Amino acid sequence: MNGSAANASPSRAAALTLAWRYASFRSEGFPVLPVLIIVVFVLTALFANVLAPHNPEVGTLGDRFHPPAWQDGGTGEHLLGTDHLGRDVLSRLIFGARVSLVVGFMAVIFAGILGTVLGILSGYLGGWVDQVIMRITDAWLALPALTFAIFLAAIVGPSAMNIVIILAAVYWTRYARVVRGEVLSLKEREFVRLAIVAGCSKRTIMRRHILPNVLNSTIVLATLMLGVVIVTEASLSFLGVGVPPPQPAWGLMLADGKKGLMAGYWWLTVLPGTCIMLLVLAANLLGDWLRVKLDPQLRQL
Amino acid sequence: MKRVGFALISLFLLSLTIFVFVRVTGDPAVLLAEPGASTDDLAAIRQQFGLDQPLWVQYGSFLAHLGRGDFGQSFYYRTDVFELYRSRLPYSLLLASVAMLFSLVIGIPTGVIAAVRVNGWWDSAGKLFALLGLSLPSFWVGLLMILFFSVYLGWLPSSGSGTAAHVLMPAFALGWYFAAAHMRLTRSSMLEVLGSEYVKLARIKGLPEALVIAKHALKNALIPVLTLAGINLVLMINVAIVVETVFAWPGIGRLLYEGIAFRDFPIVQAIVLLGGAMIVVVNLLVDVLYAVIDPRIRYER
Repeated sequence: MNGSAANASPSRAAALTLAWRYASFRSEGFPVLPVLIIVVFVLTALFANVLAPHNPEVGTLGDRFHPPAWQDGGTGEHLLGTDHLGRDVLSRLIFGARVSLVVGFMAVIFAGILGTVLGILSGYLGGWVDQVIMRITDAWLALPALTFAIFLAAIVGPSAMNIVIILAAVYWTRYARVVRGEVLSLKEREFVRLAIVAGCSKRTIMRRHILPNVLNSTIVLATLMLGVVIVTEASLSFLGVGVPPPQPAWGLMLADGKKGLMAGYWWLTVLPGTCIMLLVLAANLLGDWLRVKLDPQLRQL
Repeated sequence: MKRVGFALISLFLLSLTIFVFVRVTGDPAVLLAEPGASTDDLAAIRQQFGLDQPLWVQYGSFLAHLGRGDFGQSFYYRTDVFELYRSRLPYSLLLASVAMLFSLVIGIPTGVIAAVRVNGWWDSAGKLFALLGLSLPSFWVGLLMILFFSVYLGWLPSSGSGTAAHVLMPAFALGWYFAAAHMRLTRSSMLEVLGSEYVKLARIKGLPEALVIAKHALKNALIPVLTLAGINLVLMINVAIVVETVFAWPGIGRLLYEGIAFRDFPIVQAIVLLGGAMIVVVNLLVDVLYAVIDPRIRYER
């Protein structure tokens, strides 16, 4: 194995590694169900316009609080019933997937980029750069994430884009901590020293040698953060400082559903919450599995 | 001493962060004024709050006021913000204490069972439970409980405060998430202790397994769990906003929600600052306490 790998071109070695990884994915219980759930939600979000039977933002007031089709008083017109404004719940759930996923993915990616860059700078450069970044991280981690996000959202006002920026601003510190820790051990390794001897600039070392090695951790963390971010977005929307109405966000639907709760209109509360739960559960399961697969060091988290 | 310094820096950065965010994201006069204020009113407010002075002077007086426990006046209640905060704190403490009780009563026994029967059926059930605890948004758990216990069964009041029955549901919804965290930590801590020399010795000397677990292992395994519980108690006070909103519980979270809803900015600012400060102080206390208990940590510094 070693002999043949030495002769092989880099691309063939990479292909072999990939094949080995794929094989081991298969052998150690690839999380079929979580991935399937995520894929279904992503497809739903992508094709929301085709799938949704009604306009999610407009309802007929005459059709308020229809129960789902299988209950007494339900109609085939609104399979999962209607809300307090007569809007179709199924259509709102479908478009809600788009809001949740777009906000979730963008927030996780923005936070990941910011946290990884600052984590690398902090870990590799050390000195006062490290001190400044880490003290800011400490201060920001002292605030409970939800309270901090609510504070920011209350200042800047509700909009989907604002929520993405706020979530990224709140959650980048998690990445920065983990990435910095990895960089501290990476920069003592042979290949980095060799790069220094070979005359690489700090910038080149950070970009070409450090960055690729911390990406695994970043991806694992991002998957695990996806669930957290989606729940936070739902909480913000539920409190009225997240995605503004009449957009169909799941958290917003739960806030509206509270109006019909005491009357027993269960579908307005149970259905959006189930969507959140399925998506978050799937993201967490996938993240857990990725963590074990890609990054043994993170198992302790 | 170094820890105290770090904590002070954290507090300083926290106040600076909040100060900067309020100033950067818009004219604080607009936030401080009631909606629909005229330009003359705004100018008067600027002068009254010293907003026409240079930024560093403003920050200085901001800090000086904080030092005196002066967080300004609430616009909605027309009273001192700190007084308002103090009047709501007992409710938050009550809610958090009962929630903590729930989380420990659920978390510790399940964690112990999972550790004793490691990789068995109980362990898998425990893992699933922990995953659910981390994936279900607490406010959705609360809504579902209202639907089931208040609307369908009519056993428990759906909102408000006053009797013991009012505390149960919000405390469970809040404690739910933390129960999962406490279970995970109990399990891993218990596993570590069970592998240690003195537990082996206790077994060799012929003690019944139940006694080994209850007397020798559990006592030591609980130390980290109770430490985490102490930190979490403070966290519970500060993250209860969504649960308190769902159940109309008159604690600090509810106050924060009202602050946002009425655009009562001094309240929002004070709660976020005090919450962060509380957490920094508790983290410091835990560090100090550990150093007192365990000389190894003391001499490392």
